[in-house]
Amino acid sequence: MKIAIASGKGGTGKTTLSTNLASFLAETHQVVLTDLDVEEPNSGLFIKADLVHEEDKFKMVPEWAADECILCGNCQKVCNFHAVIQLGEMIMVFPELCHGCYACSELCPTSSLPMIPKKMGGLKHFQKGNLSFIESRLDIGEEQAVPLIAQTISYVEEHFSNEVIRIFDSPPGTSCPVIEATKDADFIILVTEPTPFGLHDLKLAVETMRELKKDLGVVVNRYGIGNDDVLQYCKEEQIAVLAKIPNSRRIAEIYSQGHLIYKEIPEVMVELENITSYIQSLKEKSLS
Amino acid sequence: MKEIVVISGKGGTGKTSLTASFAYLGGKDVIVADCDVDAADMHLLLQPDFANSDDFYSGELAYIHQNECIQCGKCADVCRFDAIPVIKGRYIVDPLSCEGCGYCARVCPTDAITNKDLNVGKWYVSSIKTGSTMVHAKLGIGADNSGKLVAKVKSEAKDIAEEERKDFVIVDGSPGVGCPVVSSLSGASFVVLVTEPSVSGLHDLKRVYELVKKFKIKAGCIINKSDINKNVTAEIVEFLKKENIVHIANLPYDENFTKAMTNGQTIVEYSDNHLKELITDSWDKIKRSVN
Repeated sequence: MKIAIASGKGGTGKTTLSTNLASFLAETHQVVLTDLDVEEPNSGLFIKADLVHEEDKFKMVPEWAADECILCGNCQKVCNFHAVIQLGEMIMVFPELCHGCYACSELCPTSSLPMIPKKMGGLKHFQKGNLSFIESRLDIGEEQAVPLIAQTISYVEEHFSNEVIRIFDSPPGTSCPVIEATKDADFIILVTEPTPFGLHDLKLAVETMRELKKDLGVVVNRYGIGNDDVLQYCKEEQIAVLAKIPNSRRIAEIYSQGHLIYKEIPEVMVELENITSYIQSLKEKSLS
Repeated sequence: MKEIVVISGKGGTGKTSLTASFAYLGGKDVIVADCDVDAADMHLLLQPDFANSDDFYSGELAYIHQNECIQCGKCADVCRFDAIPVIKGRYIVDPLSCEGCGYCARVCPTDAITNKDLNVGKWYVSSIKTGSTMVHAKLGIGADNSGKLVAKVKSEAKDIAEEERKDFVIVDGSPGVGCPVVSSLSGASFVVLVTEPSVSGLHDLKRVYELVKKFKIKAGCIINKSDINKNVTAEIVEFLKKENIVHIANLPYDENFTKAMTNGQTIVEYSDNHLKELITDSWDKIKRSVN
């Protein structure tokens, strides 16, 4: 079972839900939580576990080998991203613009642009009891999150069997990184808050997930502030509201310290149980 | 003309509410640019009229003309993004996976592949209730936010500001540390970092500031909800001192942020209390720091 936790708007509680739900589920199941918000990974601040493995992550970029180059300019011509430029008698490569399509390298008549690995970030694998936690983080200055997200998902696929419940903490928004993080998920939980910003961005996220033909449910965080428009919208669109996490300054305080909230706030535990039984029913439905 | 960019790294810190408040306080002197094109929200507070709009094209998408395709499979072989699966015996481009590199079209022996310009969204120039102009955009669903639409919004806002001899462009920046925020930051005169005293707020502030440093832009910081966690607030203040970042203000945890938003108003319109005073002082301090 692959569950992606996403949201249009940032700061609605994706990481709070991911870390609390994963830890709660891990009390009774094998769980792997993966932080795919590689630009600003935060889940690790809330999960206390032991580091078991660490690796650098690379993307492949061309490097100019001047010796055989005949300066035909083909590389510059075939690069749609302006990542390879011919400047006089030099070929310059801008790795941060490169998408790693290999066109310049493989179409070079003299093989003067071999592809070499360039570090873009790192992956860490932590373990505590039933809970595994995978975190990737993009190096500052690297602009493209998608290749790192894709490699992180591959790592999870290779290291965990289907029996393990997989939870993915996705990046915010509705553009490529979110698509990459959610496209293979069986179920999407969208976290929102009952405010005009929350509703506006929830609608975008719902549209995106429907475009991907995903099953989804909504968790309303900070329930009690704002208005009822989000609930009204979910009703009209026949979207299941899986849980309502109450608005409380106490929760904000516990969160700010890097602690899990369900251990201290019983109402939150109840909401996590609701989500769990919903997921359970989905699982049974998919098996029958 | 000075360009002030407001960013936060972490979402939900109050960035947009504060940017809209500054736009309101700046009134006619300020052109507003909403560069958080992925989840643009500022229009909910500033009520633009969407008077002028234009489509935005960025990047390409491969398209295979089936009657010219001889099913040789070369396109799928060279595609590094697994974007050309075989569906019922036909090679079909998966638009979500295609990066638009154009490699497939270059190796196709029958020229059956063409690249289509990709419409990634719309951008708008609007009048807003402050009596000024706002440039904003809406990114298409699942579109590539490569930062080009962000760059477009910013450059339009700057052009208008220069033409109309305005003092400031204020930019609501994008989240994260990747392309969109890099685009938001380039060319800025001053960066306002909005954060909150949580472990995540501090973590994301430090990461996004590493990026700001690469651009060598002068920065200031507003700590929102500063009374939620006094220890982390102290840690942030320490960090600001060490990095020579202007400490603009500490704002309290205040549900008026949400109430104003629910009312479709900026905080400075909605509330007449201490919070309005603090935000007004912050705007003055930002203006002084820029000049």
